[in-house]
Amino acid sequence: MEKHYTDSKVKGVSTGTTILAAIFDGGVVIGSDSRASIGGEYVSSKTINKVIQVHDRIFCCMAGSLADAQAVIKSAKSHLSFHSVQMESPPLVIAAASILKELCYKNKDELQAGFLTAGWDGKKGPQVYVVSLGGMLISQQVTIGGSGSTYIYGYVDAKYKPNMTREECLQFATNALALAMGRDNVSGGVAHLVVITEKGVEHVVVPGDKLPRFNDE
Amino acid sequence: MALSTVLETPGAGFNFENATRNAALEGLFEGGQTPKPLKTGTTIAGVVFKDGVVLGADTRATSSEVVADKMCEKIHFISPNMYCCGAGTAADTEKTTDLLSSNLSIFSLNSGRNPRVVMAVNILQDMLYRYHGQIGANLILGGVDCTGNHLYTVGPYGDVNKVPYLAMGSGDLAALGILEDGFKHNLELEEAKELVRSSVHAGIMSDLGSGNNIDICVITKQGVDYIRPYQESEYKDERKMKYKYRSGTTKVLTEKVVPLKLEVVQETVQKMDIA
Repeated sequence: MEKHYTDSKVKGVSTGTTILAAIFDGGVVIGSDSRASIGGEYVSSKTINKVIQVHDRIFCCMAGSLADAQAVIKSAKSHLSFHSVQMESPPLVIAAASILKELCYKNKDELQAGFLTAGWDGKKGPQVYVVSLGGMLISQQVTIGGSGSTYIYGYVDAKYKPNMTREECLQFATNALALAMGRDNVSGGVAHLVVITEKGVEHVVVPGDKLPRFNDE
Repeated sequence: MALSTVLETPGAGFNFENATRNAALEGLFEGGQTPKPLKTGTTIAGVVFKDGVVLGADTRATSSEVVADKMCEKIHFISPNMYCCGAGTAADTEKTTDLLSSNLSIFSLNSGRNPRVVMAVNILQDMLYRYHGQIGANLILGGVDCTGNHLYTVGPYGDVNKVPYLAMGSGDLAALGILEDGFKHNLELEEAKELVRSSVHAGIMSDLGSGNNIDICVITKQGVDYIRPYQESEYKDERKMKYKYRSGTTKVLTEKVVPLKLEVVQETVQKMDIA
């Protein structure tokens, strides 16, 4: 497989990605593209799953080295599950985000992975947290990440409104992902979206040909 | 006068021409990337079909430009319901799959359960991630268990992906082309076998590191059918493997007998104890 490697900063398979999460009225939408690449040239998977469920109402999106991200999420899932059993109640979204933050911060020299955590809990309702590469943890209403996010900062800043309806938010997220996938070479495939509310979790998958098209496509 | 077409006989001693040529080449690239030596490898493929999983591999093992093994076994046994194709460093794939197989046997004996494919994948992922890419094993793990038919890929850095079809190794791009074109969900057994065979064949034809025969392994709920070889290379050599010549092959022209004069210098007798 060495012919696939170039001077990429991430060794092995990178998720070189677009991920986003946004809060709407009553819930949160979290989504990503589905492309995994090696060396910025070879698409090693067109259908990789980057939106991972870490608990009943908490999902994480991963960016960076696929191996590192998968390993961290595996460990976080196990910690979170144990924490939940000890507390005898479903975990808070901040707990999941903090676990990821601890892992990313304590191992920052060895890891190359960043995460978005989104979910619903009984204490604070819908929340979105960002855990960046070095282990910073912040809470935001709407957030984007990955290499493709640079192309949609303008769109997100202009089009996001707090307290949107579920349909408006889904459309906003789909548009944002489609725009990023259209410009970033290492993002692509299908758009995976997950809508989390108090009542439950809904997966929405938008295949490449059903994505919204914009004026020059 | 020396003609330009006359071959020059090499001088005595070691020849360092290539070293000076390499240094000159490096100068040409001005600090950029020099061409790297070619590394050859393998073609392995896997497909999930209606009743199970089909895995395929070529049988060539290379050591630089020399074919070291023409009948190498690249589809490794993991458990009675799981097999694993390995590409990359041959020693790494051998040992990793061996270790996995042993661990799963112990698990089976301890728990009384048949191992699941996800378990094997998790064990592989943990181990390869721990070694941060130092173990050069690109694996395609396929198997059938109580939850269904599964095909997973594990990379050397520990990334895992669950897929319905896949090719790996140096011949992967050629094989993937055939797979992308021919794959459909719920293929029949013969169609799946033919698809895997033709994808590995494409890898063999387009890649120098892949060649010789094609092995196919079919895993279903009923059992495993390991067909080795499924397709033999068209370029087989007809070696007799016998190097004994019958007497009379070489004609005796003259015979001369010279008796040797020997002197007895020392004689010792040692009794052998047969008890």
